[in-house]
Amino acid sequence: MSYEMIGIIVLWLFLYGYLIVASVDFGAGFYAFYAKLTNKDHIINQLISRYLSPVWEVTNVFFVFFFVGLVGFFPDTAYYYGQTLLIPGSIAIVLLAVRGSFYAFENYGSKKSNLYMFLYGATGLLIPASLSTAMTISEGGFIQETGEGVVLLTRELITSPYSWSVVFLAIVSVLYISSAFLSFYANRANDRKALELVRKYALFWSFPTIIASLTTFIALSQHNIEHYQNMIDLWWMFGLSLAFFSAAMWFIYRGIYYGCAFICVMLQFFFAFFGYGAGHLPYLLYPYVTVEQGATHEAMGLALVIAFILGLLLLIPSLYMLMRMFLFDADYVKGKK
Amino acid sequence: MFADSVAMSRALTSMTLGFHIIFATIGVGVPLMVSIAEFIGIKKGDAHYILLARRWTRGFVITVAIGVVTGTAIGLQLSLLWPSFMQIAGNVISLPLFMETFAFFFEAIFLGAYLYTWDRFKNPFYHWILSIPVIIGSTMSAVFITTVNAFMNAPQGFELNGRTITSIDPIAAILNPATPAKVFHVVTSAYLASAAILAAITAFNILKKRTNPYYKKALKLTMISTLVFALATAIAGDVSAKYLAEHQPEKLATYEWHFDTERGADLLLFGTLNEENEVEHAIRLPNFLSFLSFGDFNSEVTGLEEFDEELVPPLWIHYLFDGMVTLGMFALGIAMLYLISLRIRRWNEEHPLLLWLIIINGPLAMLAIEFGWILAEVGRQPWILRGYMKVAEAATTSPHVGWMFLLFLGLYIILGVIGVRVLRKLFKNNPVELELEQRFPHIAKKDDGQ
Ligand code: HDD
Ligand code: HEM
Ligand code: HEM
Repeated sequence: MSYEMIGIIVLWLFLYGYLIVASVDFGAGFYAFYAKLTNKDHIINQLISRYLSPVWEVTNVFFVFFFVGLVGFFPDTAYYYGQTLLIPGSIAIVLLAVRGSFYAFENYGSKKSNLYMFLYGATGLLIPASLSTAMTISEGGFIQETGEGVVLLTRELITSPYSWSVVFLAIVSVLYISSAFLSFYANRANDRKALELVRKYALFWSFPTIIASLTTFIALSQHNIEHYQNMIDLWWMFGLSLAFFSAAMWFIYRGIYYGCAFICVMLQFFFAFFGYGAGHLPYLLYPYVTVEQGATHEAMGLALVIAFILGLLLLIPSLYMLMRMFLFDADYVKGKK
Repeated sequence: MFADSVAMSRALTSMTLGFHIIFATIGVGVPLMVSIAEFIGIKKGDAHYILLARRWTRGFVITVAIGVVTGTAIGLQLSLLWPSFMQIAGNVISLPLFMETFAFFFEAIFLGAYLYTWDRFKNPFYHWILSIPVIIGSTMSAVFITTVNAFMNAPQGFELNGRTITSIDPIAAILNPATPAKVFHVVTSAYLASAAILAAITAFNILKKRTNPYYKKALKLTMISTLVFALATAIAGDVSAKYLAEHQPEKLATYEWHFDTERGADLLLFGTLNEENEVEHAIRLPNFLSFLSFGDFNSEVTGLEEFDEELVPPLWIHYLFDGMVTLGMFALGIAMLYLISLRIRRWNEEHPLLLWLIIINGPLAMLAIEFGWILAEVGRQPWILRGYMKVAEAATTSPHVGWMFLLFLGLYIILGVIGVRVLRKLFKNNPVELELEQRFPHIAKKDDGQ
C-alpha cells in the first residue's frame, strides 16, 4: 500500500477514535448540566466525573493528533482549509478552549459554579456542530478558488440543507453515543438509579440518530452525487452499521449486556464512518485536493509512518494501563478508590 | 492596520504564543519540581515534601488545562493564519510536529494516572514512577516544538525548485544547526522559571507569617533548584550566542547594536541610539562581544554594515536582549544570596527584604522568557523561513483576521482572569496547616510543638 493510503487510513482511525471519546465527553457534559437543571445531579454527576476526570486531556490529544497528522501527510489541506476556515475554525478553537479550561476550573477548583457547568454543557453540543463544518466543506461546492486565493462561500454553506443535516446528525450522535457509554459505565458501577436514567436517554436519542443519518444520506445525494453513488456501492457497510444499531438497541432495551451494547454502538459508527470515508476517496477536499496529489513527499511519508508505528508501541501499553486503572478497575468505577 | 491581514496575523500569532508560553513553561518545569519533591519525601519519609508535591500538582492541573487549550489554539492557528507557510514548510517539519503530539499523548495519559492514584499503591515509589513519563512527555514536547522553531531560523534538509520541494531529509531538518542551542536554552529556562515561581509563592507565604516547617523546606528546595537552573540557563544562553555568531550573524549584531565588523568587539549594555545610529550612554564591556561570540577576546565579529538593510531585523530588540540577560543574572544573584544566608549563621535567610526579592524574581523570570521569545522571533524578521520565505508571503489573505484577534483577546483575558481566581481560591480554602492535619495528623502535632 502507498504511504498516502496508510496515512489517510491512520488519520481516519484517529478521527474515528476522537469521534467516540469526544462524543462520550461532550454528551456527558451536556447530561451533567441537564441533570443539574432538572435536579437530578445527585444521581449521575458523581458517575460522570469519575470517568471523565482522568481522561479529558487524552480526548483533546486525539483531536490534536488528527489535525497535526493531516497537515503532515497532506500539506495541501493546510492551504485550502487554512485559507477558508479562519472563522469557523477560530470559533471552534474558542469553544474547545472554553470547554477544556472550564472543565478544569469546575472540577479541580474549589468552587462549584453553575455558570461553568452551563458553559461546559453548552459547548459540548456546539463543538461537534462547528467541527462538522469541516466535513461539510470537504464535499465541495462551498469553496471557490480565485486569482487571489481561495474563499469560503458562506451564503451557500448557511443555506445548504446538507450542511444543516450534518450539524443535526453530529449533535444527536453525540448524545446517543454518550448515553450508551454511560449506561455501560453505570451498570459496571452497579449504580441502579443512574443506570435507569442514562438508559432512557440512550433509547430516546437512538431515533433521532437514525433519522438524521437518513436525511444526511438524502441531502448528500442532492449535493454531491458522485460521493453518494460511491456510498451506495458500499451499501454493505451501511447495512452492517444498521445491523449493529439494531443489536445495540435490543441489548439496551432489554437491559442486558451493556458492554456488548456499547461495542455495537462503536461498530455501528465504525462502519458508517468508514463507509462514508471510503466513498469520499480519492478526494480529501472535492475537487481540489486528492489523496495522491495532496500527499507529502515520499521521504516524509515514510518518516511519518515510522514515527507513527514507534509512537503506537509507546501509546498502546500506556492507554491499556489507563483503561485498566479507570475503566476496568471495578473498585475505582464503584467509587471505592 | 486592522484590515491588513499580514499585520493582524502577526499580532494574533504573537498574542497566542505569548499567552501560551506562560503555561507551556509551567507545564515543562513544574512536573520536574513535583517529582523531585515527591522523591525526597518518600526517601526521607518526610510528609512535608509529599504534601508539597500534592499541592503543587493541584495547582498545576489548572495551568495545564490552560496550556492545553491555548496550545490547541496555536496548533490550529498555524494553518489558519499561515497557510502558505504550512503548505511548504509542512512538507519538511511535520515530523517533529507529529512526534510532539505523541509526547503530549504520553504525558496526558500518565498525568491522568498520576493525579488519581496518590493513595492507591502500597509502595509509594510506584506512584512516584508515574511522574517520570509526565516529565519526559512535557520536556520532549518542548524539545520537538523547539526544533520546529529552530528550523525556521536555520532551514535545511530540503531542496526548493521555485515553489515545489524536490527532495526532503526529515532528520536533517530536525537536526539543523540551531536545534542544540535552542533546545538547551528553552528547556533550562523553563525549569528555571518554574522553580523561581514556586519559590516566589513560598516566600510570599512566609512573609505572611506562616511558620510551618513545610515552608522552610519548600523554600530551600525551590531556591537550590533556581540556582542550578539559572546557571544552566546562562550556559545555554552562551551556547545560543555562539550559534548565532556562526550561523545568523545579522541577528546577533542586531541584539548587540554591532554596526562595524571588527576584532575585539565590545559588548554593549543598554544605551540609546542617536540620529546617525551611533550608540550613546551604553555600558561597554571591552572585547566581551568577541568572547561571547567565539570564546576568544580577539576574534572578528561581523557587523550590521555587511547586510542588506532590508534583511536586518528591527534594532529595538537590543533592549529585550539586555533585559533577558539582566533578569537571568538577577535570578542567579538572588539564589546565591539566599544560599549564602543559609550558610552564614548570623544572616537571616528569611529576612523580609530577601523574601521580597525572591517574590519578584518569580514573575521576572517569566518576563525573561517572554523577552527571550520576542527577541528570537522578531530577530528573525523579515523572514518566516530564513532565506526562503518572508513573513508577508506566508500569511492568510482572509480579510477577517482583525475580528479574530479581538475574539481571542477576549478569550485570553477571560481565561487569565478566571484561571488566577480559581487558583487563589483553591489554596485559600485549603491551607497547608489544615491539610497536614487531615492527611498526616501525627506530623501536624509535631509541627505545633516546635
Ligand atoms: C512553530 C514555531 C514557533 C515557535 C516555537 C514560536 N513561534 Fe513565534 N512565530 C512563529 C512561529 C513560532 C510564526 C508563526 O512563524 C511567526 C509569525 C511571523 C513570523 O515571522 O513567525 C511568529 C512570530 C512571532 C512574533 C512576531 C514577530 C514579528 O512579527 O516581528 C512574536 C512576538 C512571537 N512569535 C512570539 C513567540 C513566543 C512568545 C513564542 C513562545 C512560545 C514563540 N514565538 C515561539
Ligand atoms: C508554534 C509553537 C507551538 C505549537 C504549535 C504548540 C502546540 C501545542 C498544542 C497543540 C498543545 C496542546 C496539546 C494537548 O492537547 O495536550 C500545547 C500545549 C503545551 N505546549 Fe505548546 N506549542 C507551541 C509552543 C510551545 C513551546 C515553545 C513550548 C515549550 C517551551 C511548549 C510546550 C507546551 C506544553 C508544556 C503544553 C502544555 C500541555 C501539557 O502540559 O500537556 N509549546 N502546545
Ligand atoms: C544569562 C544569560 C543569557 C544569555 C547570554 C542568553 C542568550 C540568549 C540568546 C543569544 C538568545 C537568542 C537565540 C536565537 O535567537 O536563536 C536567547 C533566546 C531566549 N532566551 Fe536567553 N539568554 C540568557 C538568559 C535567559 C533567561 C534567564 C531566560 C528565561 C528564564 C531566557 C529565555 C530565553 C528564551 C525563552 C529564548 C527564546 C528561545 C531561543 O531562541 O532559544 N534567557 N537567549
